[in-house]
Amino acid sequence: MSDDGLWFFLFGRLNAHAFPFVRAWENPNLSELIGAFAGALVVVGAVVLVALLTWKQWWRPLFLDWVTSLDHKKIGIMYIVIAGVMLSRALVEAVLMRAQQSLAVDAPGIVTPEHFAQLFSTHGTIMIFFMAMPFLTGLINYVVPLQIGARDVAFPLLNSISLMLTAGGAGLVMISLAVGEFSTGGWSGYPPYTGKVFQPGVGPDYWIWAITLSSLGTTFSGLNFAATIYKKRCPGMHLTRMPLFCWTALCTSILMIFAMPPLTLATTLLALDRYLDFHFFTNDLGGNMMNYVNLFWLFGHPEVYILILPAFGVYSEVISAFSSKELYGYKSLAAATMVIGVLSFTVWLHHFFTMGQSADVNAFFGVATMTIAIPTGVKIYDWIWTMFRGEVRFTAPMLFSLAFIVTFVLGGLSGILLAIPPIDFVVHNTVFLVAHFHNVLIPGLLYGMIAGYMYWFPKAFGFRLSEIWGRISFGFWVSGFYLAFMPLYVLGLGGMARRSQALFEPDYRPWLFVAIVGAFLLLAGLVTLFVQLWVSVRDREANRVPVGDPWDARSLEWSVSAPPPEYNFATIPQVDRLDPFYWLKERKEAYKPADHYQAIVMPKNSWVGPLVGLAGAVCAFGLVWHIWWLTILGFIGVWAPVVARSFVRDVHRTISASEVEATDRRWLDLARTTRPVPRELETEPANLGLARPFPTQVPS
Amino acid sequence: MSAPQLQHVGLNLLDSDEMDPGEAAIGLYGFWIFLMSDAILFALLFAIYGTQLSATAGAPGPAAEFKLGPAFIETLILLTSSLTFGLASISMKYDRGWIGVVAWLLLTLVLGIVFLGFELSDFRTMFADGATPNRSGFLSAFFALVPTHGLHVTAGCIWIVVMLAQIAVFGLDARVKLNLLKLGLFWHFLDIIWIAIFSVVYLQGALT
Repeated sequence: MSDDGLWFFLFGRLNAHAFPFVRAWENPNLSELIGAFAGALVVVGAVVLVALLTWKQWWRPLFLDWVTSLDHKKIGIMYIVIAGVMLSRALVEAVLMRAQQSLAVDAPGIVTPEHFAQLFSTHGTIMIFFMAMPFLTGLINYVVPLQIGARDVAFPLLNSISLMLTAGGAGLVMISLAVGEFSTGGWSGYPPYTGKVFQPGVGPDYWIWAITLSSLGTTFSGLNFAATIYKKRCPGMHLTRMPLFCWTALCTSILMIFAMPPLTLATTLLALDRYLDFHFFTNDLGGNMMNYVNLFWLFGHPEVYILILPAFGVYSEVISAFSSKELYGYKSLAAATMVIGVLSFTVWLHHFFTMGQSADVNAFFGVATMTIAIPTGVKIYDWIWTMFRGEVRFTAPMLFSLAFIVTFVLGGLSGILLAIPPIDFVVHNTVFLVAHFHNVLIPGLLYGMIAGYMYWFPKAFGFRLSEIWGRISFGFWVSGFYLAFMPLYVLGLGGMARRSQALFEPDYRPWLFVAIVGAFLLLAGLVTLFVQLWVSVRDREANRVPVGDPWDARSLEWSVSAPPPEYNFATIPQVDRLDPFYWLKERKEAYKPADHYQAIVMPKNSWVGPLVGLAGAVCAFGLVWHIWWLTILGFIGVWAPVVARSFVRDVHRTISASEVEATDRRWLDLARTTRPVPRELETEPANLGLARPFPTQVPS
Repeated sequence: MSAPQLQHVGLNLLDSDEMDPGEAAIGLYGFWIFLMSDAILFALLFAIYGTQLSATAGAPGPAAEFKLGPAFIETLILLTSSLTFGLASISMKYDRGWIGVVAWLLLTLVLGIVFLGFELSDFRTMFADGATPNRSGFLSAFFALVPTHGLHVTAGCIWIVVMLAQIAVFGLDARVKLNLLKLGLFWHFLDIIWIAIFSVVYLQGALT
């Protein structure tokens, strides 16, 4: 074997130029230095993390209590940690892009076109697959089993595998900063541009395999949540007695089950084109790139509702809790959710009105698109009516919900405009579109996730988040959004193409300057979110809510201690109506011990999930760099733990009845001796998580 | 009140007292959902195949490459393997011992491997004719659809081997039975897919 052959066998396509540090050394311009700095951040970040874990001796707890845990609550929290890390990176990239565009009017700016293309590709890919998806999956994971009165999800081990596959995909995107480069094909990765002919490098391969890992994880999550909601509800918890968040989680799960396979297939076929010289999406030999576009958006449009529906669920919970009122129009909200779920499969073509189908086809999909506004409008009115004559408190999650209602309606209206094919022909591929989808996704996803995070945080960790920092953060997120994206509507109507690295129209400049101010405000929103977390952890002793019901809320997750015991409920609750916990409180039947306690069987921790995730990422890394022995090793590494696990019978451990009883009685004693607080004091240290009942007529 | 007779969709193991019916129902339900997701994948592969039928780009097309004879034999073999798997399930439900289950599973495994052998020999013939996936969009679509099914059958065969090993280690305990029920769903599902492949790919290709 020649030296080259041996090198290729061992390291595939890897060479010195794969490392941004080498590239920056050889060609030290600003763009390369920014790339090298980002790569260095990943390396330094990893080193600091390892040092911190070693110094604090956190390795054992990290692995034994968290990474190997099958507890849906811990898995949910880990998902949200991934989302937070990835959100930070993608938001910094957004600021960099805004900076480039505001500096690059008749000037070179700070990054090269290639680098800029990587920025918008990673920004979109991360925000959708590694920020939004983990965030909502995390919330669903944490909340849904508690809301339906279950001890865990239907398949705890599969849950861990899903998490670790997602983490593996996220890790791959991070590695691409320090080793090689990422795709320049945007988050949708259209071939033939991302095919082998035009992009022989590793960029699209990183994109393909990161997405594939994450979409497999998401498919399993959807399956898991659907089975959980259909099969694990406590006695009496009919579908129509579930909190609305469970309805949205159910709908999102169904969408995941049906909408992720098209994505998996699209990326797999693109990989076949790139690796084995197939001709699905090539320009020559009968390839047809429209197949890719159809597959991608067959996933892509339901994906929009996968993202938005859980946020709708959060708003329903938050608005109802902070208005001290039953959700108005519960059944219409549930029905609207399911209608949106069905309609979401009928509109995918509006993502490519301009790609050559007939006017009739476009008209059909345009009308179908506008139809979705109807159930969405129903929801908006339901939320408004929920607040009507309620005891509304403007806490941070509530503020996000209110900002959502106003901002999302604006985004929806620009969506209606875009649904009209002639208008779409005028503004397609401009920043008008960029403004539109940020206008729906920031309020319709991010605000919801932040509201949910702030709303359920006290449940998960036993102390409230700082209210004042929550409001400051809210101020930045909202003002930042308007300043960053309203100018893009104007610019889009003025003809500014999206994804432009350089601009030649001086009239754009003032609007771009406003937008960069907005981008910095959004960054401040993120920073203040972390400050809020820091301050709250520091002051946690003053903000504890151990009894577990800080907001006088209505559903079952609030009926247990904060944080909840590992098994969630000492005894499985019985439910006889909607909002069961609220009516228990009204009837003075809450916080009562059970007649008798039973031993509880819970799953033991398992290494299978982390091993599968790691091996999946290793396999993907081998594929990206054509290191075939690593690929095979990774593939075996994915399956070996799964097969080995099927031979393990000792997978459960039992928590004795006496331990369950002791824990429960300790908590009940605490609840008995705690002073209930009225709603005016709920953001004060006096709030220990026991609510003074809000005077309501108990229906007979 | 007597327990409901039907606990979950598919074959119920009524007298397997050691299995928690709730757990079994949830496990099988989850597997049905997985199969639904997998069915979407195949549906899309069929759709792609349909759009690429005419994209032969000068390479060998359906009429030249598809031989009904071997495809028919493959169909018979796979359908028979579904029968033998069904007999394994029935044996698991009614027999006391494990001999019947193991025997039927072994027969299923052999049929699966023979099917794969026939399929590979088909592919070899096609390759010899120059009908390789890098020649045209049509052949790409064919070599995405049919081998995806073949890979599923391969996975099913490996799963049978794993299950035989589990029977050797644990006998027919509750989890082995549950896994066999899932494997059964998987195996019959592949049969259904194959019937679609035989009709859409081979019959349509050879008769037009």
